[in-house]
Amino acid sequence: MSLVNVSCSPHLHEQVSVRRVMWTVVIALLPALLAAYLFFGWRSIWITILGVIAAVGTEALVQFLTKKPITISDGSAVVTGMLLAFNLPPLTPWWIPVIGSVFAITIGKQIFGGLGYNPVNPALLGRAFLMASWPVQMTTGWATKLANAGISTVSGLKQTLITGGDTQLQNLITSATPLNLAQQIRGDIIAGTAGDSARTIFHQLSSLDYIKELFWGNIGGCIGEVSAAALILGAAILVYKHYIEWRIPIGYIGTVAFLSWMVGGIDGLFSGPILFHIFSGGLILGAFFMATDMVTTPVTKNGRLIFGIGCGLLTVVIRTWGGYPEGVSYSILIMNVATPFIDKITPQKPFGYRKKSKK
Amino acid sequence: MCAKTFKGGIHPHDHKHFSNHKAIEKFPAPEKLYIPLIQHIGRPALPIVKVGDEVKKGQKIAEADGFVSIPLHSPVSGKVTKIGPYPHPTGTIQHAIEIENDARNEWISKLIDDEQYFALSAEKMKGRIQEAGICGMGGAGFPTHVKLSPPENRPIDTVILNGVECEPYLTSDHRLMLEYPEDIIAGLRIIMKILGAKRGYIGIELNKKNAITIFKQMLRDQKNINVVPCMLRYPQGAEKQLIYAATKRKVPAGGLPMDVGVVVQNVGTAFAIYEALRYHKPLIERITTISGAIVNEPKNLKVPIGTPLSQLLEYCGGTSEEIGKIISGGPMMGFALPDMEAPATKTTSGFVFLGNKEVIDTTEAPCLHCGRCVDACPMNLVPSFIADNVKNGQYEEAMKLSVLDCMECGSCGYVCPSHIQLVQWIKIGKLEVNKLKRQDK
Repeated sequence: MSLVNVSCSPHLHEQVSVRRVMWTVVIALLPALLAAYLFFGWRSIWITILGVIAAVGTEALVQFLTKKPITISDGSAVVTGMLLAFNLPPLTPWWIPVIGSVFAITIGKQIFGGLGYNPVNPALLGRAFLMASWPVQMTTGWATKLANAGISTVSGLKQTLITGGDTQLQNLITSATPLNLAQQIRGDIIAGTAGDSARTIFHQLSSLDYIKELFWGNIGGCIGEVSAAALILGAAILVYKHYIEWRIPIGYIGTVAFLSWMVGGIDGLFSGPILFHIFSGGLILGAFFMATDMVTTPVTKNGRLIFGIGCGLLTVVIRTWGGYPEGVSYSILIMNVATPFIDKITPQKPFGYRKKSKK
Repeated sequence: MCAKTFKGGIHPHDHKHFSNHKAIEKFPAPEKLYIPLIQHIGRPALPIVKVGDEVKKGQKIAEADGFVSIPLHSPVSGKVTKIGPYPHPTGTIQHAIEIENDARNEWISKLIDDEQYFALSAEKMKGRIQEAGICGMGGAGFPTHVKLSPPENRPIDTVILNGVECEPYLTSDHRLMLEYPEDIIAGLRIIMKILGAKRGYIGIELNKKNAITIFKQMLRDQKNINVVPCMLRYPQGAEKQLIYAATKRKVPAGGLPMDVGVVVQNVGTAFAIYEALRYHKPLIERITTISGAIVNEPKNLKVPIGTPLSQLLEYCGGTSEEIGKIISGGPMMGFALPDMEAPATKTTSGFVFLGNKEVIDTTEAPCLHCGRCVDACPMNLVPSFIADNVKNGQYEEAMKLSVLDCMECGSCGYVCPSHIQLVQWIKIGKLEVNKLKRQDK
């Protein structure tokens, strides 16, 4: 008889591997990329490809230079490159995704030892770096898109503006994403510097018709965050495969929904437009694809829930009172850093656990 | 039919179609048998025969060493040819009694048919079970008479028969339930009488619908015995998980089923108990499944204890391609064997053969902290953290993470995308933590 294999049990495996998980995430991100192409054109695909090539190239180079096995085929660098590009405006200069990916892979990932050891989400770290270094390139580049895309509702908004004759608002609407717009208008209203037209616009932004546009993606925004529908479709694949679990996304979105309802409105407490806050900005992308990054999120069940709730809390705080219109990426980064601590304070209780072990 | 289950767990393919339609076949006793002195939890049995002794079928050949131990009996008539180290189905080397079969099949005393067995007192019943050398036949092999003797401050009101058989490939319990349902129910009644339990349950997984139907049919007039159909989920057959599914009671961490008034016995054990009481038959044979995609004729065999695996495989027509892995027991918790010399014992529910293509990759990648092991763990532990601590020699930390509550079901290893050998690390951790605990005492 020839030699046989001997190992510890279990002798069966689900046939899941790092590679399979990562490439499934890539597939799950494709619907959003397709939506980006439909709404923003080839440019968004081009930016994404640049981000991916830079990420994969950097990973290979760093691993080659540090004489480590080259693991680019596991797909994790592809995911990082895609997620980074998804967080960029479609008309951003070509070198933005390249620099972002290089930074994300070297400083965000390989410097800590590669996949599995990075403390924060590399793509988000890359974005934060870009945001701090080239704020202009990171926050413009979607203006024309919004104007082009606004076939129905946005033109309606414009009509309101023209009749209202508020030129300051008119500038805003052509230079910002819906979330950005809503937050600035809201700020003006609360400060008492805006006219009645601003109120009308705010209400129109949170109208069901406009939410529909938000949901399908007929709006301005970053490449990957444009279509909530496409993102949810992709996320469904990951949920079905048990690669992401409900606690983080539901905890995150639920918290944002509740808190933005509480403080996100213009008519006092509990008047906020919930659906507008859920489907605008990067929340859906963040909640399903970035806050669920396996490596940088808690392992324990309660920890994951706390992580999601914490992300939601920070997002609403930044959106409502912060200097940035969008708080998704920073809240996830902050919670990433808190992850080891969250794991520590949320030990799992074994089945049948009883408080006092009586002898 | 409302199926019951527990939290956590996994859904592996059950691979039972290879053998679940094959009726039990009696395997002819081989020329030589090797009866390990340890087939159970507790102290090894002490041989009471010498090399050269003639033995008869059913003759006691080894005595229980203390209360937590069981006696052994010869499955054939023949001659003791050797007492010494021999491969064991746990992958270790253990002392065994080698018996040469004289093929005369002579019993030590004629089997009787005691129809009045149920009138015996609980103590007498227990004595007969102890004499028959019965241990738990589901896998762990705890001496049955010990399990049936709970301390007085632990009253038992419920007995659960475990017919879940959640390990993939294995069908021995399934066939037993299909072919001997009355005997199993009789065994359950005996256990209930001994323990004074009022309720009985038989837990069966939904992939054995025909067995569920048979038992429901037979128990339709019984108020105190119920069938519990269980969802297909591994490890549904784990004691604590089955108790939870049937009664919603949670056995305390580190505790035993009797702490919640329950005793669980395997259906095979109930069958052996019935045979011991009615026919005074010692435990000298059991049902074992020989299965796997590469086995030419997977079978459920009634095997004399001590039959070497190589002969069982030969009886099943060998394999169609090169063997990649030999597993004693089920593939989730069983032991990979280096060869086929080990014999079937009282706890051998099956042998599974995997081809080279089915052997899983055990190269570990870094942990992704994905938490899938946490979701899969039926004991609600954090296997990845435990493994990490064990790797780094931090056994105290592992102890704080309740490593001793792990039952090594393998669900965590099954779902790990990084192929980390979580069960292996946890097994090491348990050994080391137990060492620490002994030092503290």
